[in-house]
Amino acid sequence: MQNRANLLFILGSLLPISLCVAAGVGAYQILPWHIPRVLLFHKDGFEVLIYVRFPRVILSAIVGAVLAISGATLQGIFRNPLADPGLIGVTAGAGLGAALWIVLIGGGFLGIWGVPVAAFTGGMFVTVGVWKIAQMQGRVLTVTLLLAGIALNSFAGAGIGLMTFLADEEQLRSLTFWLLGGFGGATWWMVAITLPMAIIGAIVLFRLARALNVMSLGESEAYHLGVSTESLKRWAVFGVALTVGAAVSAAGGIGFVGLVVPHLIRLMGGADHRYVLPGSALGGAILLVLADLFARTIAVPAELPVGVVTALLGGPFFLWLLMRFKKEAIYD
Amino acid sequence: MIELERVGYRIGQKWLVRDIDLHIGAGQFWVFVGPNGAGKSTLLRLISGELQPTTGRIRFFGEAVGEYPPQELARKRAYLRQQREVNFPFRTLEIVLLGRYPHLNGAKETSADLAIARESMKQVEANIFAERLYSTLSGGEASRVDLARILAQEPRLFLLDEPTNHLDPRHQVQMLRLCQSIAQSGKTVIAALHDLNLASMYAEQVLMLRDGNSVAVGTPTLIFTPQQLEAVYDLPFEVMPHPSGRRVVVPLCSDSTPSTDGKNAIN
Repeated sequence: MQNRANLLFILGSLLPISLCVAAGVGAYQILPWHIPRVLLFHKDGFEVLIYVRFPRVILSAIVGAVLAISGATLQGIFRNPLADPGLIGVTAGAGLGAALWIVLIGGGFLGIWGVPVAAFTGGMFVTVGVWKIAQMQGRVLTVTLLLAGIALNSFAGAGIGLMTFLADEEQLRSLTFWLLGGFGGATWWMVAITLPMAIIGAIVLFRLARALNVMSLGESEAYHLGVSTESLKRWAVFGVALTVGAAVSAAGGIGFVGLVVPHLIRLMGGADHRYVLPGSALGGAILLVLADLFARTIAVPAELPVGVVTALLGGPFFLWLLMRFKKEAIYD
Repeated sequence: MIELERVGYRIGQKWLVRDIDLHIGAGQFWVFVGPNGAGKSTLLRLISGELQPTTGRIRFFGEAVGEYPPQELARKRAYLRQQREVNFPFRTLEIVLLGRYPHLNGAKETSADLAIARESMKQVEANIFAERLYSTLSGGEASRVDLARILAQEPRLFLLDEPTNHLDPRHQVQMLRLCQSIAQSGKTVIAALHDLNLASMYAEQVLMLRDGNSVAVGTPTLIFTPQQLEAVYDLPFEVMPHPSGRRVVVPLCSDSTPSTDGKNAIN
């Protein structure tokens, strides 16, 4: 117990450090410990920090945090350590929404907001679809939810594929860039819209932590221990859809954070969701801030899509996890 | 305490349980027996409130089981089944503490809850692996931990679906003694068992099921007769006295060859 509190404390202190480091590094270098002085006395670099770096690092922290919390929640609901926040269709739906907007509508009347709004709408639309399909006589079977998610994911994937086929060069470029994910366009406006949704969603999901622990025993056992399993699933899907929808709309599809971070957190301090959820939030934030830092500094002046970076790091880690599962004695 | 009135449960056209009338009082230890698919588990799940009866009524402390909110029901009855798969690295003690969930109302576990959990583990000799990862326990060890979890839940009614699976003979006997002592303390235990000898030696009352119908109700001495057993299992049985005064039942297998040595495989 004490051990977990310490781990959360360490992660909690690493987050501001990584934010400051990431905010300082770039074409215009500012040493992390100079940041307070620059901010307070409007020194050189003030504009860079305020208008470019901070919105970007903060947005990446928010997105990393919600992806990781959502991944941990869905892994708990599906009792499957390989579940991913995209499983309920929100990521693919957002991708489809963005693709439809970019290819069929273009710049349009919403300006730079067009793609995020279309993505968020698409994500919600597909998630509600998955939920409705999985519903039978007022109950949602976890297995059906999983299968409906897979089915609609591939359907949305086909839609994205079709849009890619129809797109001209210019559209293809922005579509590809969006699908790979990135924080190049981060603004305070995006932070202002994403942050409240992330906070609401995180509160909803944190409140499920204890019921998720009971759910690890199985759905039937959870019922026998007094968990309202239907309401648990409903709130979990709501919280995940809201936060991941917001995250994906702001930053595009970023894989592996939601899958991998909860595992790292469990490896460090065990499986109690009252620790795993906040731990994943901090871990996901740190990881994505650093991944974005890497993405924008490794090939200056070009920028790698951050989704490529997370996949590059996440892929081998995921394989390593699979190897462990093959040995069956999990985590021991 | 529990009253079943013409209870039936149907999936599609198939009746898994049909027309069961049963009255089980506080402080009793009941055992449900019957061949595979007889409806033992279904009946337990109906009593637990997990399944809603298609016909009839189940009352628990005078009120329909379906009327209780899940959490209140969980403070009154516990259900144990032999099917588990915990994919996350929980410690054994954490698993047992989950049994306190219905009593916590969202609050943090107190030292009293921890004491109850530890005491429950001691009762089933599971305290020695309190700090081990649940996923690394053997089948029998995990069964005992699950039982400790049910004990920590402190219900009035224990529903146990084949609780002796995976257990070695000593722990099987221990499990049934525990059931007896729970019943003696005024609580109620209903267990579905395949092992007729354990049922015969420990049960207070037996309900014999076949194809979802109740075929015999009574004390084990009364209903474990060769005729009754053969009628239910389609297999001839020999009923013999046991030093305890109760009876043991052994299937008569005409095709088994006479044994030449005394080798006995335990477990």
